Amino acid sequence: MTDTLFVTFLIGLIGATLRVATPLIFATIGELYTERAGILNLGIEGIMFLGAFMGFAIAAQASQAGLPGYLWLGLLGAIAAGVVMGLLMGFFSVTLGVNQHVAGLGITLLSIGLSLFGFRLVFGESSVLPSIQPFAQYSLFGDLPVLGPIFRQYLLTYVAFIILIPLAWWILYRTNLGLQVRVVGENPEAADAAGVNVYRVRYLALALGGALMAVGGAFLSLAQLGAFTPGIVAGRGWICIALVIFAKWDPIRAMWGALLFGGVFALQLRLQTLGLQLPFEALLALPYIVTIIALAIAGRNVAYPGAYLKPYRRE
Amino acid sequence: MGLKIERVPAPLWVRPFIPVAAVLATFLLTASLVILVRANPLEAYYYFLIDPLSSRVSAIEVLVKATPLLLTGAAITFAFIGGYWNIGAEGQLYAGATAATAIGIQMQNVSPWLALPLMIVGGFLAGVLWALIPALMKVKLAIDEVVTTLLLNSVALFCVSALLNGPWRNPISQWPQSPEIAAAAIFPRLIPRSRLHLGFLLAVIVIIVLWFVLIRTAFGLRMRAVGLSSEAARFAGIHVERTMLISALVSGGIAGLAGVSEVAGIHYHLIDAISPGYGYTGIIVATLGTLNAWGVALAALFIGLIDTGAQTVSRALGVPSYLGDVIQATLLLVTLGMLLLQSYRIRRQERTV
Repeated sequence: MTDTLFVTFLIGLIGATLRVATPLIFATIGELYTERAGILNLGIEGIMFLGAFMGFAIAAQASQAGLPGYLWLGLLGAIAAGVVMGLLMGFFSVTLGVNQHVAGLGITLLSIGLSLFGFRLVFGESSVLPSIQPFAQYSLFGDLPVLGPIFRQYLLTYVAFIILIPLAWWILYRTNLGLQVRVVGENPEAADAAGVNVYRVRYLALALGGALMAVGGAFLSLAQLGAFTPGIVAGRGWICIALVIFAKWDPIRAMWGALLFGGVFALQLRLQTLGLQLPFEALLALPYIVTIIALAIAGRNVAYPGAYLKPYRRE
Repeated sequence: MGLKIERVPAPLWVRPFIPVAAVLATFLLTASLVILVRANPLEAYYYFLIDPLSSRVSAIEVLVKATPLLLTGAAITFAFIGGYWNIGAEGQLYAGATAATAIGIQMQNVSPWLALPLMIVGGFLAGVLWALIPALMKVKLAIDEVVTTLLLNSVALFCVSALLNGPWRNPISQWPQSPEIAAAAIFPRLIPRSRLHLGFLLAVIVIIVLWFVLIRTAFGLRMRAVGLSSEAARFAGIHVERTMLISALVSGGIAGLAGVSEVAGIHYHLIDAISPGYGYTGIIVATLGTLNAWGVALAALFIGLIDTGAQTVSRALGVPSYLGDVIQATLLLVTLGMLLLQSYRIRRQERTV
């Protein structure tokens, strides 16, 4: 009896882990590409927030207008907003070449401010939290016995694991574009000498990264919650910053990191609903502490992209 | 005759005008949002900038709002000048607030003359301690401090949350809220029947000390040298690691003081929302203040004014108060971009051909 309970618990936990990891995977891959091109985008937390807001706001309006594909319209809107913010980050970090930490935080603060302002503008100050019918969960492999809950997922979760991760790996290591991104991030002078347009590749990486970060945020409002709240992102962007380093800038390792964190998060959520009195915060702080310890152990051997944080000036 | 742009440092008199120009540009940019709500931008900016100063109560409120920003702005400035990119002021603030609460609760039947200095010193040290790990990793292992200080912000929030849901949880209401600090530990009011408290005086003293250290001491000179170029500073015989370590730790300590001031001056207990991001706003203040003590003071007052004004605008014109946040973020980005102007000069050029 306890065995079947445990199996049910475990199966449910694995399913939840995949769900929690999904937004992290989108945003982490986005940040990974940006950093591989030599730019640290601390705008990630804000861009996820903006993605969550834009996705929800557009989907809610379209849903009221009776459009059937309202969730996909929301997702498109989120992507557009993410691209715009990525390009804005590019203007500051690539064209002007100012301090990337401060510019990135500026993008985060601006995105969060604009989202909250926009939320009040669109939905007013009603006491009822507006909500929409979110994306449905279903199994791509039909209804399986016992293992069912693992495969009953959002389409975006399938996209993250089956399409995004392999594609991100393949583009980065097996295509000309990926090579350009890596060279621009390692040695922009050499890239320039080889005829690669450093500015264009960096802008491209930032736009792509911004789009993925926004999808990560939109997953929260359009799939998991069906609503938008000010605490919706709650530091997930900073987790992704940690995951990129933890993954040593590699997409496959990033997936394992996201799963590890997703597992820890899902576990504490489940234990909490069971009514256990544990300091769950210790579990939640774990991924941050592990990353810091990993950094400390790797020490001087952390292989940051060669041109990390360095603006490129063509003299 | 033509005009030519050269990459030469602009004359010194240009510098103070850059933040002023940035403020004007920011208001022009954000006016579109005011128009979107069908309000008059000029009217909105009247409520943002003039109205809070027109009554004594709201003018004092500006100083109250500026208090934590003066401290976090000074903290960030102290680190950034020394070439240490401390993004962790938020976490250091929470460390200071936690220490202040822990000490303040114990101060029953103690003279304020003992309680207040203990809390201030304790909060400072807690901030230093929270800044210690990333600072050591930076100077001993050359590990980028941006990510480590940033991640420790989240860890600090989890620690506070664990305390508030654990040992400090209110046993009756079950709210995640610490017990009240003792009466002796509460910062006295500077003006009776107002919210202005000792923390403001503390912040002013910190700003004066900041100015003195940066401009009038050999250590300030060494800090600036390290911040401009650590290689050149090392060549000049400056102990780069020690200088950077001190500026990182003192920065953490000052941010800790912001936490002390909010607990002892405003809330009297610890909650997890004690800072709405003062550590990050400190970066806006330091940038807008061009990393200069008086500039930081003006910038903190200005942001305090916008924070107060945002509430007024929201009440008077129905513009969402989040416009204040948008203005602050835009101001940061615009200032950051416009500060580049100080490395250029426009020269008249005689045509020689």
